[in-house]
Amino acid sequence: MIRSVLAQQSRSKIENEHPASSPLSIHDMTVAYHRKPVIWDIDYTAPLGKLVAIVGPNGAGKSTLINAVLDLVPKASGEVRVFGEEYRKQRDRVGYVPQRESVDWDFPVNALNVVAMGLYRKIGWCFPVMRRHRQTAMEALDRVGMADYAKRQISQLSGGQQQRVFLARALVQDADLYLMDEPFAGVDASTERAIVEILRELRERGRTTLVVHHDLQTVTEYFDHVMLLNMRLVATGPTSEVFTRENLRKTYGGKLALLDQVGHKMTLGESGG
Amino acid sequence: MNSPATLNSIDSTRRSAAGRYVVATLSLGACLALAMLLRKALNVCGWDAYDTWTVVTAALAAMACSLPGVFLVMRRQSMMGDALAHTTLPGIVVAFLLAHSLQQAGWISSATYDSWRHAAMFIGALVIGVVSAVLTEWVQKLGRVEASAALGVVFTTLFAVGLLLIRLKADQVHIDPDCVLYGIIETTVMDTVPNTQIPRAAVVNGLVLLANLLLVTLFFKELRISAFDAAISTTMGINSHAMHYALMAVTAATLVSAFESVGSILVIAMLIAPAATAHLLTDRLDRLIAISLAVAALSAFLGHLSAITLPSIVFTRLGYPEVVDTSTAGMMAVAAGGLFTIAAMFGPRYGVISKVLDQARLSRSIIAEDILGLLYRMEEESDATALALNQLTAMIGTRTWPTYLAARGLAASGDVAVRGSSYELSPPGRERAKRLVRAHRLWESYMAKHFDLPADHLHESAARVEHFLGAELREELAAELEDTAEDPHGREIPPEQG
Repeated sequence: MIRSVLAQQSRSKIENEHPASSPLSIHDMTVAYHRKPVIWDIDYTAPLGKLVAIVGPNGAGKSTLINAVLDLVPKASGEVRVFGEEYRKQRDRVGYVPQRESVDWDFPVNALNVVAMGLYRKIGWCFPVMRRHRQTAMEALDRVGMADYAKRQISQLSGGQQQRVFLARALVQDADLYLMDEPFAGVDASTERAIVEILRELRERGRTTLVVHHDLQTVTEYFDHVMLLNMRLVATGPTSEVFTRENLRKTYGGKLALLDQVGHKMTLGESGG
Repeated sequence: MNSPATLNSIDSTRRSAAGRYVVATLSLGACLALAMLLRKALNVCGWDAYDTWTVVTAALAAMACSLPGVFLVMRRQSMMGDALAHTTLPGIVVAFLLAHSLQQAGWISSATYDSWRHAAMFIGALVIGVVSAVLTEWVQKLGRVEASAALGVVFTTLFAVGLLLIRLKADQVHIDPDCVLYGIIETTVMDTVPNTQIPRAAVVNGLVLLANLLLVTLFFKELRISAFDAAISTTMGINSHAMHYALMAVTAATLVSAFESVGSILVIAMLIAPAATAHLLTDRLDRLIAISLAVAALSAFLGHLSAITLPSIVFTRLGYPEVVDTSTAGMMAVAAGGLFTIAAMFGPRYGVISKVLDQARLSRSIIAEDILGLLYRMEEESDATALALNQLTAMIGTRTWPTYLAARGLAASGDVAVRGSSYELSPPGRERAKRLVRAHRLWESYMAKHFDLPADHLHESAARVEHFLGAELREELAAELEDTAEDPHGREIPPEQG
């Protein structure tokens, strides 16, 4: 009896803190490597259908945040809900663009093969990639302006072209929430324009996109919302309100020295005594 | 109403279909002729059914190994194969002991003992494959070392455990590590399926090959994505860790089945060498797998052929006529290494030869373009329009014969006209030269605009870059420079057209 009441309470608590309408809600999430927390107690609810920049200095835990949401690294504590449910029940609705350096570009695949990988979940285990899947992949390549390079082995592509291939792979997933890890890193000007265009198109179609972004100059131009991160969530909200000199100073003006010290103690396993 | 164009295209498809038919017939004929020749040649070497079965057994084992090998190489985990070859020892020993004690206890009859032992070894290998992978990860995490060091710790330890087990239990059951790990193909071929000539080992390896082919076909796309991009694979619900463990288990099982028949040297070679060779020859994973299989089979054939022919040829010359053959498995591994070397030398894109040729082609075209640029500038500045070979050589600053070759090439393509012993620009050559000089001067202007450099530093960079500025880049440069008409030295930048 008591247990069921408690379960009821905790369920309603989760529902309160993780509104089903939000594409991504993170509740009190801490992620640690070797016991040392790299991001502390993140509470965050992503706005539906917006372009969100995740901004912070090197080592702020931006990629870690994304990886923890996607269950690629374990969480020390906290919960993540995607459209009100656990991530592993919502895989189909989440698209991911990893950092370009994360793969071996000498791998024997061409651009079209890589884009078709975005359809593997739809195709299902053991079923082959069919002509209509290749057609879908080709359309996505065309959308990012890469149709002419479909048969190129991926190491023969420039950095910007490789990034477009990754973007096309995410597009064929037709997800509702996209997480992108530095899609603008090391790309040429025309690729940057192409990516921005695609991001805006996604927003027009009501998709939510979180992008790890390094170029502070372009944040206000490209993004509606911003999430300022430096081991903890410094500030989050509409770019016009949150992307202020004061908040940036808080984000970039040195880490919180105490967080580092405490984290170090936790790695060593020294108790306070 | 058929337009001439459609007629033409129909005609050409018909022609190409006919052409394909001719080519197919011819190549089939050529294959048959080759096969006949090969048979004749093999007969001369004293080749018999025993040799054929040796090659078939080894080829099946090699092909079975090359399949998981492809994915080890693609995942950059080639050393894992070598490690697994060692870690399987304790698995094999435990399986041996288990089967033996079950027989002692009367649970299994002596008649079925062999098949039970094989099944136990197979399962033992599957388990040990996963155990090695997990242990390696633990050692890596706990020992704070890189993956290859963790591998080094795990495989030597497990191998030693295997040896200790053999020592401890040697009185209970006879296990000879030589026969477990270093199967001898020469003798395994003698052990045939009753009433046939087919070696038992050929059947076992054939079955393993079939199983591996089936797995690779079924899980092709899962294997590909998890090897290429572990993170994406996992977010797609294809857990790359699980795929890694599965690959380790299959590799270990394949290794164990092949060990007994063909020995560890051949197995370790065939895990990695065919895939590495194929990777030099193609950029497509499906073709890479097909080529690996072919290389594995070819290594087996060439290895055995050289094992029975080479020694007598070589050692008779050296004065040791009594040496007539050598280790077949060893020669097969050598053949695999040889095929790799050939691919590394002559591969179409990554081969040493093709790289050298590319380099030569590039430097020849650069010299040719330098000649064009030089002649253009001569026309611009003076009335002298023709230059002799020695003048060209001196002014470009290369040696005589590359300049000569480049000049001959330009004459052949009609870009320069030869007058006596001198060269001068022809109208099409002048157009080409104009574009080059335009590229050169655009680049100088671009550098002058964006780099804080003295004017005499610009030429060298432009001379390097001009050969790589195509129409598109020239256009972008011109747009960036907002139609600057002169370069930093005050010379006219020739227009793109006219």
